[in-house]
Parts: sequence; C-alpha cells; structure tokens
Amino acid sequence: MHPTRDQAPGGPPAGASHDPALVIEGLVCGYGGGDVLHDVSLSVPAGAITCVVGPNGAGKSTLLATISGLLRPKRGTIKLHGESLAGKSPRQILDMGLVHVQQNHSLFRDMTVRENVELGGYILRDHALLLRRRGYVEEMFPQVAQWAGQKAGSLSGGQQRLVEFARCLMLDPSLVLLDEPSMGLSPKVLRTVFDAARLMNAQGKTILLVEQNARAGLRLSAHGIVLENGRVRLTGSGREILEHPEIGALYLGGAVTRASGPAPGDGGGAPGAAH
Amino acid sequence: MTALLRAERVSKAFGGVQALSDCTVEVARGSITGLIGPNGSGKTTLFNIITGYERVDAGDVYAGDRKITNAPPERAFALGIGRTFQLTRIFPRLTVMENMLVAAQHRGVRRWHNPLARAGGQADRRRATELLEFTGIAGHAKALADTLSYGQRKLLELAYVLVADPEVVLLDEPAGGVNPSLIQHISARIGALNASGTTFLIVEHNMDFVMGLCDRVTVLDYGTVVASGPPEIIRNDPRVLDAYLGTTEEDDDAPDP
Repeated sequence: MHPTRDQAPGGPPAGASHDPALVIEGLVCGYGGGDVLHDVSLSVPAGAITCVVGPNGAGKSTLLATISGLLRPKRGTIKLHGESLAGKSPRQILDMGLVHVQQNHSLFRDMTVRENVELGGYILRDHALLLRRRGYVEEMFPQVAQWAGQKAGSLSGGQQRLVEFARCLMLDPSLVLLDEPSMGLSPKVLRTVFDAARLMNAQGKTILLVEQNARAGLRLSAHGIVLENGRVRLTGSGREILEHPEIGALYLGGAVTRASGPAPGDGGGAPGAAH
Repeated sequence: MTALLRAERVSKAFGGVQALSDCTVEVARGSITGLIGPNGSGKTTLFNIITGYERVDAGDVYAGDRKITNAPPERAFALGIGRTFQLTRIFPRLTVMENMLVAAQHRGVRRWHNPLARAGGQADRRRATELLEFTGIAGHAKALADTLSYGQRKLLELAYVLVADPEVVLLDEPAGGVNPSLIQHISARIGALNASGTTFLIVEHNMDFVMGLCDRVTVLDYGTVVASGPPEIIRNDPRVLDAYLGTTEEDDDAPDP
C-alpha cells in the first residue's frame, strides 16, 4: 500500500486547484529521548477540514505542537501559505494566522469567560480591533457571550471547549489546529462542539484536527491522514479512510461500513487497493 | 444481597455549586456498573467521595456492610477499592515499570495470595509486564512516564490500578483519548476480569463501550440520579435522551453530513 493523494469527491481535492494551506516535508521531531516524527510529509488543503487519526503515541499531538512552533523540528520544512515557519517563534506563527487549541483544558479558571476570550487577542495592539473581533466571536458563539461574566472554571467541560474555540478565533486565523476536541465530552455536547468546528470551517477557516474519536472526526472531515509510529501511513478523503478495511480494523475499532460493496477507488488510484 | 459499594443519600457542594444532592448509587458485587451523565453532573465528585478524595456534606458510603464515609484514600485502597483519574495521576519522573511496581506494592494487602512475595519481585514484574503488554505500552517500560503521550498515560493508569488487583475498580473515562481498536481490547479485558470476580464502576462518555459492557447503568444529572437500570432500558429513557444522549444518537451508520 502506498500513501496516496486524495482524488476522491467529498471535498476540495488536495493540492489540485488551489494551493494547500499547509505543506510539510520531511519533518523529523522529538523531545530529546528519540524522534517521535520520522520523515513526515503531508499537505493540508485550504478551506477544508482535515483529520489526523492513529494509535496512541503515533505522534499526533507532537505534529500539532511542531506546526505551531511549540517544538522545533530537527529536520524538514513547514510552509504556511507558501511561507516557511522555520525559526519562527510560536508568537510569530500566531501572527501569521495559525492558532492551536491544545488537548488539555487551557482556560484560566479564575478569570471570566470574557477575559479568557480577550486574552486570545493579546498580541493585538489595536484595542478597537480587539473589541470588534470580540463582537464577531460572540456573535458567532452566542452562548459564549451569555457566559461572559462567569468564571471559566465554573463551566462544564463542553462549555469550556466552546470558549476555547471562541478564544482561538480572536486572531482571525486562517488555520486552526484542534487537538482532540471531543475528549471527555458527553454525546450531546460532542455534537455541539463538532457543529462549532463546522461553523468555523464555514466561515472560511482551514481546520486540522486530531481525533481519537476517529469515526466522528473523519465523518466531519473532507480529508484524513493516518499517522502510525511517527510516519504517514495513508492519506485520502475522510470517507476513504473510514471505509478502508485495514485501517478500520486497526484504528477505527472494526470495519465501519457494512454491506456497502467494495470500497470506492478499488480500481482507481485511491487508497484501499491493497486488499 | 448487600451491594459491594453503596453511596447513600450523599450531598456535596463546592461554594455555591451543588455537585451532588441526595444521591444514592449502588454497585452490586460482581457487576459492571456504568455511571453516565452530562459534563458537570457530579460523576467525578461521586468517585472522589467514594475513594476519600472529598468529604461528604451529608450521606454515607458503604463497602459491603462497613461504613467507610470520609475514609481517607489509602484506607479505601486498602479495602480493595481501586480507581483511575480522568486527568491522569502518575509519577512522571519514574519509569513506566517503576510506576507499575509502586502500585504492585499494595497488592495482597487485602487478598492472601502471594503473602511472601516482595514488592518488585519476579511475580510483580511478570504481572506488570503482562498488563503493560495488554495496554500496548510494554515497549515504553523503561521510559520515564513523563515521555508518554496523553493517551498512553491513561493506559498506564489503567494498567497501574489493575496490577494492585482491587476487588472493585472505579474507572474514570477509560476510553477517553484512547484509540478505538484499543478500546475494544480494553473492553474485552474488563469483561474477562469481571468474569473472574472483579467488580467495576465505570464513568464513560463512549456509549458503545458503556452499553456493550455494563450490566447496569446509572444516570446522573445535576448531582442526582435520574435513571438506573439495564442498558437497553436506559438508552431509550426519554429523560436520558433529553439530558445526555440528545434526541438522535449519532450511530455509525448515519449518513455523512
């Protein structure tokens, strides 16, 4: 099996008509005790949702941390809209329109929801712009506006997730990295959070998310990437990866589609031809 | 039959927030009991009260016939009540294996097998290795726990609580952040441990996991029990659908958006 470029319907084709938002080539990265990412190359299509799935410890969170500048790669290049991120600080990367919502709860619990949202715009020097952005964000997430005066720590896990989403939009990013947005959320709230991701995408944001709830994540996404032991195992449309028999068995908890005939692309260039 | 674990009319407030109010939850001996409910409904608070991490404002906790209300965590553990945490608590500066051996020291406090075995002895190591293999992190046994990813830390914590061989195990979101295929594996293992006599109380949002594994499911909302019964009844209970599951359950065969 070879990693294949996305040629399927269901979203803007990767690297075809318009330039991708993010291009990564030959990325090697680790924490000192050995490499976690080995020669990772991938591209994230602009304007779409892309989901990274894979086993625990595959390097998914490390990949996001490297993209947002929290970790320095040992080798390889990362380009955001054609511009290299090499040597840039996390703050400079924020300035370029790339934000990262981390896996752990990251709100300041003793500050109000509004203060937390405003902190998302802390690198903005123009106060009028900050207020305009806040207005835009609160319009997009009316619930967050409702909670404005409450302490962030008093919100439930799902509510905090929505505030984190709202906060990350204060810089009007072009690319949003989301690390396991569904973790710890009840089924009902999970849908709200995924709806919010869809909403962000509908507003023109490119989204790269990591999801252990792989089926829900891939259903949400036009594109999917399977990461395994720090390497890209497969890329394709979200649907192709969902329906890929081997990936399904290994990482999605069993085959997903039953009685739907052969996986699309069995005769074409799409992934799935290995069986 | 007396419940193995019973929280009776427990109330607990944090400042102005009533986390639990007059809440009664029972875990039958030999059962796998699920505890579900919206974020903030009091599930973790109940775990904390049973295991002595929080004190009750009112109400009592029983292990069998013995009242253990407000017993400190080490006593609850010595009584055979093991637990994991939603946000993991491991020793980051010890290796993965050392973490396992710390937990294994407490093995046999309650049960009599291996009375002569010393902590860190061959038997403990064998069992620790086997559990690390089961959770898929045996390859990291010699690495500092610090270097594990979030999901791997959860898996270490699961292995860590099981190595102590408690009589009843409280699991706080064991499937959260864990790869779906591994979730099935974990589910099967819990089923096997249960068949050999271990009782489980499980908080989890993954409904396939809960409904597939549990004999009984208790639903909390606003700190009180709104429903309790077998999974097939609970998943169709209108109160549960409204408070927790939402109107349409997102199932695997749903059409793509």
